[in-house]
Amino acid sequence: MARMTMIEAIRDALDVAMGADPAVVVFGEDVGYFGGVFRCTAGLQAKYGKTRCFDTPINESGIVGAGIGMAAYGLKPVVEIQFADYMYPAYDQIVSEAARLRYRSAGEFTCPMVIRMPTGGGIFGGQTHSQSPEALFTHVTGLKTVVPSNPRDAKGLLMAAIEDPDPVIFMEPKRLYNGPFDGHHDRPVTAWKSHELGEVPEGHYTVPLGKAAVRRQGRAVTVLTYGTMVHVALAAAADCGVDAEVIDLRTLLPLDMETIVTSVNKTGRCLILHEATLTSGYGAELAALVQAECFWHLEAPIRRVAGWDTPYPHVHEWSYFPGPARVAEALRQLVEVA
Amino acid sequence: MQRPDPDDYPPLGLVVPEPEVRPGGQPDFSHVAIARAGSVRRPEVDADPQAMRDLAFTIIRVLNREGQAVGPWAEALEITPDDLLEGLRHMMTLRIYDARMLNAQRQQKTSFYMQHLGEEAISCGFQRALAPGDMNFPTYRQAGLLIAAGYPISSMMNQVFSNAQDPMRGRQLPVCYSSKAHGFFTVSGNLATQYIQAVGWAMASAISGDRRISAAWIGDGSTAESDFHAALVFASTYKAPVILNIVNNQWAISTFQGIARGGSGTFAARGHGFGIPSLRVDGNDYLAVLAVAGWAAERARRNLGPTLIEYVTYRAGGHSTSDDPSAYRPAEESAAWPLGDPILRLKNHLIALGHWSDERHQQAEAQILAEITEMQKRAEAIGTLHHGQHPSPADMFEDVYAEMPPHLLKQRHEAGF
Repeated sequence: MARMTMIEAIRDALDVAMGADPAVVVFGEDVGYFGGVFRCTAGLQAKYGKTRCFDTPINESGIVGAGIGMAAYGLKPVVEIQFADYMYPAYDQIVSEAARLRYRSAGEFTCPMVIRMPTGGGIFGGQTHSQSPEALFTHVTGLKTVVPSNPRDAKGLLMAAIEDPDPVIFMEPKRLYNGPFDGHHDRPVTAWKSHELGEVPEGHYTVPLGKAAVRRQGRAVTVLTYGTMVHVALAAAADCGVDAEVIDLRTLLPLDMETIVTSVNKTGRCLILHEATLTSGYGAELAALVQAECFWHLEAPIRRVAGWDTPYPHVHEWSYFPGPARVAEALRQLVEVA
Repeated sequence: MQRPDPDDYPPLGLVVPEPEVRPGGQPDFSHVAIARAGSVRRPEVDADPQAMRDLAFTIIRVLNREGQAVGPWAEALEITPDDLLEGLRHMMTLRIYDARMLNAQRQQKTSFYMQHLGEEAISCGFQRALAPGDMNFPTYRQAGLLIAAGYPISSMMNQVFSNAQDPMRGRQLPVCYSSKAHGFFTVSGNLATQYIQAVGWAMASAISGDRRISAAWIGDGSTAESDFHAALVFASTYKAPVILNIVNNQWAISTFQGIARGGSGTFAARGHGFGIPSLRVDGNDYLAVLAVAGWAAERARRNLGPTLIEYVTYRAGGHSTSDDPSAYRPAEESAAWPLGDPILRLKNHLIALGHWSDERHQQAEAQILAEITEMQKRAEAIGTLHHGQHPSPADMFEDVYAEMPPHLLKQRHEAGF
């Protein structure tokens, strides 16, 4: 099996999909000739031609709107929004159009499109290159929202997203592109080549949407998280010695409730982590679901650790980021509740 | 270099355009420059866009006051009297259908309705430039596209009544029709979103090496939306095989067209900055609509790229059943509109040709009214908004996704279905 970064795994998924299906087209800002600012589409234009992988004007509503038209025609557009923070001009097209075509036309017009976007912080991107707007998508019915945490999942989930008959928001934690970042920003950077999930199968395979993965088995507390925070949770558990069960949700919608309920009923405690701001974040939905499904098994109040409710600051990145120290403290407090 | 001293200048003031006349005033369209029928040149479809910029500042017209079809745009039309009679019938059908549905809304058989009064020639005429497989991305005021494509009026009625036979299963506001088979993309209800989608659809056809083209539709007011500009830049950049239609009916609910147009002179002129051939046409002239639509479709089919068309018309009725036009414009303004009534103009042309008469027109009107009234009875027998049969509420949960996810299934059970 080849060892890949998450960038290479995403590119490989696009390559396999474009090779297998001439309906798959890839476009966005700087996506064609240059291959994307993060290089996820490098080489695809040279291989598949410039009508299948091309640069677009800087207009996110145009990128998504044109993609919707193409999907309605019968193509399978995989569009890139350069940063999740640039998604807002496209929001009307995503919410009012892509998500509802099937419903409003009673199945006559559909929108099998993937909207890829790098998400999250950790790269000193300031407030406009660091946001995690996943809750703005999970709140919209008709969309599916996916956040991979490693190269192997990124490829398999992206292949599944491309094959899905409905619009999928595919959020790529940019701090994970080159390595499994665990939040210890002051330690040497680690690369995917030394991580088992950096091993990516060749050719076609899918990781099904709606299935979570247990990254660490434990008995003391269940950690529900996704993306970069999966690695932070694992580091925090190791740092504080709490026997946490870390669940990587992978798909936020549809959500794998079975895995969540089984784990929380076993541990009786639940910590929810995300990098996005706390208030009305996806963690609120998770907390509501867990208390509804697991109330009689809970031995402590559900806790959330998230980004502070401020814009993402530049110089204070590591004070803002919910790193392993904050997570470890929450884990310790959770297991101390009698 | 000396810094400018702001105190050397008078204070700044904001300009907010106003229509020339408001209720109580005397309508005056003398400022609307109207070219004589037949006087505007017709370039070859492959002519340099830069060499036809004048066509965005005039009005292409074919039918003159005597009911004759004149000039180069008329000469290029290959059309038989039977075609014209069919076109007249489409427009009459749309007008009578509108009147019946407007009345049905007043009788509370539906929540809402939007009519086409005065604008029938545009959608009814345009559709004839398209071929099966081509796709319109319409607004809520292009039902003539469906009628001219042969879509059943009864299905339109069932949609308006949200009854058990509504093809949209009662999910959409009245008039938000959809029919892939008739080249009619699902009407959003949001504004301008469809404009860039039409460009994407056309790009997809070109990417696929297909031969199908698309048509985008928008109103004068909505050209102010960002998606209008997104569509123009994408269409221009990729030379998409799309016809970009702007229906300028002078009014966006209560807001006159000058608020959206600003200083650009005409809406057609918006295309110039994108290098898109841009034409302005008499939207109340069925033959002019046919001629210009055919010219633009020919350009698209020959892979010459997009064309922008502004149809100059007048919204003779309210925006919808939810507004009263007399609150924002003089009641006499509609009658003063200088481009006349599209049905009357085509009727007079057919009479001038010797293929029609007042008597036959009255007979046709009575016949169409009888047909539509009969269809309406049948549709109402199935159900209207508050009476009769509707789609099952269980259906409310269908088609959100191709496959119902567990959380939605759970909610359906919770709702009792």
